[in-house]
Amino acid sequence: MNILVCISNVPDTTSKINFVENDSKFDSNGVQYIINPNDEFGLTKAVWMKESNGANVTVLTVGELSAETILRKCLAIGADKAIRIDCEASDAYSVAREIEAHCQTINYDLIICGRESIDYNGGLVPGLLAGFLDYNFVTNCVSLEINNTNATCAREISGGTEISECEIPLVIGSQKGLVEESDLIIPNMRGIMMARQKPLEVVQAKNINAKIKDKKFHKPEAKSEVKLVKPDELDKLIDYLENEAKVI
Amino acid sequence: MAVLVYLESEDNKFKKTAYEALSYGKALADKMNVKVSGVVFNCTDSDSLKKYGADKIITINDTDFEEFSSKKYSHALSQVIKSENSSDVILSSSANSKFIGAHLSGIMDTSFVSNVIDLPESINPFVVKRTCFTNKAFSSTEMISDLRIIGVSSNSFGLIENMNDASVETFNVEKVESNQRILKIEKETGSVTIADADVVVSAGRGLKGPENWEMIETLADTLGAATACSKPVSDMGWRPHSEHVGQTGKPVSSNLYIAIGISGAIQHLAGINSSKVKVVINNDPEAPFFKAADYGVVGDAFEVVPTLIEKLKAR
Repeated sequence: MNILVCISNVPDTTSKINFVENDSKFDSNGVQYIINPNDEFGLTKAVWMKESNGANVTVLTVGELSAETILRKCLAIGADKAIRIDCEASDAYSVAREIEAHCQTINYDLIICGRESIDYNGGLVPGLLAGFLDYNFVTNCVSLEINNTNATCAREISGGTEISECEIPLVIGSQKGLVEESDLIIPNMRGIMMARQKPLEVVQAKNINAKIKDKKFHKPEAKSEVKLVKPDELDKLIDYLENEAKVI
Repeated sequence: MAVLVYLESEDNKFKKTAYEALSYGKALADKMNVKVSGVVFNCTDSDSLKKYGADKIITINDTDFEEFSSKKYSHALSQVIKSENSSDVILSSSANSKFIGAHLSGIMDTSFVSNVIDLPESINPFVVKRTCFTNKAFSSTEMISDLRIIGVSSNSFGLIENMNDASVETFNVEKVESNQRILKIEKETGSVTIADADVVVSAGRGLKGPENWEMIETLADTLGAATACSKPVSDMGWRPHSEHVGQTGKPVSSNLYIAIGISGAIQHLAGINSSKVKVVINNDPEAPFFKAADYGVVGDAFEVVPTLIEKLKAR
């Protein structure tokens, strides 16, 4: 089985978010980049599938040279091959079109993308890919089982879980639950050494025009000071919520 | 040009987020000076939509849509979009609507902007405001395509009543084949879901163990609230993942968020930032949550929560 895991390079979850160039660009100065957590759950699942039933796992990112650091980490985690499509990732549409162009050259049985990236939270790339390629699609995927050409998936829905089956090829939007946080693979020295020998291919981009553009970023306004209520004066809290905030 | 709103329903009832999407669609249509139509799949409660300003209700009544399929729904919507010559499609931010938004964009070769919190700042160019970096920031985003798909963030725009005697039309869909079948839906019964809740009661490691969640559930019941939890609590298996709120869990945009025994790590605060009013109960006055909250109680949760329940019940 051929598995493609699409990886997004995102600021670490503890990063302070700042903007430069008249608030039109994210300030990456001093920011540590990580594998988008939702992608990493998917990658771990792919590595498990490779270990249990055998599979080729390719990781792909659309991004500039700096994104290769996380691709090497993906190889150390257990992917067989990495591809970087060489361009600045400007919006979900152009990224998905770049990935689609690659998927026209190689047939993947399963394409895993994170449910959403933790930077722009669009949740768009897996759906766009499924739409472009006319593959089956399950997002918010919390369990996946593939037997021959048949896939059984669980999807988190509002207030529960939906279990469905379909034929591959399939695109999933992965998230926590597909594997647990404690299942994430921390690369060991052997993995890191082996990753250096694995292929990392740089592919020329098609340079597709973006469909959306961030014009200006804003940060939330500073909060007013918290109103403290003593534990023996909870009537006051209820009064605030009822009459001041009007939320109960 | 026209605005089209996808109106999500369940058990023959529209969701509150559907009315919110329609309120947004109506306001956008007014701003653009065009008509707004709503699309309804197998729901007979169309009359309730008149209150939110629809000019036309397009109903699709077909057993093929009894169970949800992102592919079938997206293809059906794409046919309506073409026949109505829609320029803007409005969806809510529910799990199914986001699912459709992404899939439909792929089918229609366009883009989808989700987490939109306000009407466009301008129509030409078309610039909307959305949250990004998991609510740590906002972006004024220009949409460049001819067909724009917009996902409205829950509880951000609100419901705006606007009586309009909408006409009702039936639309016949040209079916698409799909080999995807739903085998089973497992629903937690009786509880309010985080996505639909006006009030969310959330607890963290300060509760010391899963056996102490009864008072959290009682407080939630008293307020008609959903229960949620912090990341460590779900990682330790005290509570299900579906309750995990934060940057890698679920976002919450309720009217009231009550955090009990949660210190307020940056990733957690990011996930709840768009909730309107935040209350923190924590015995550590240095907990970062106090900087993000509107109201706070410095005290032992095991004393504060039972008293609070008593007082709320006595109201």
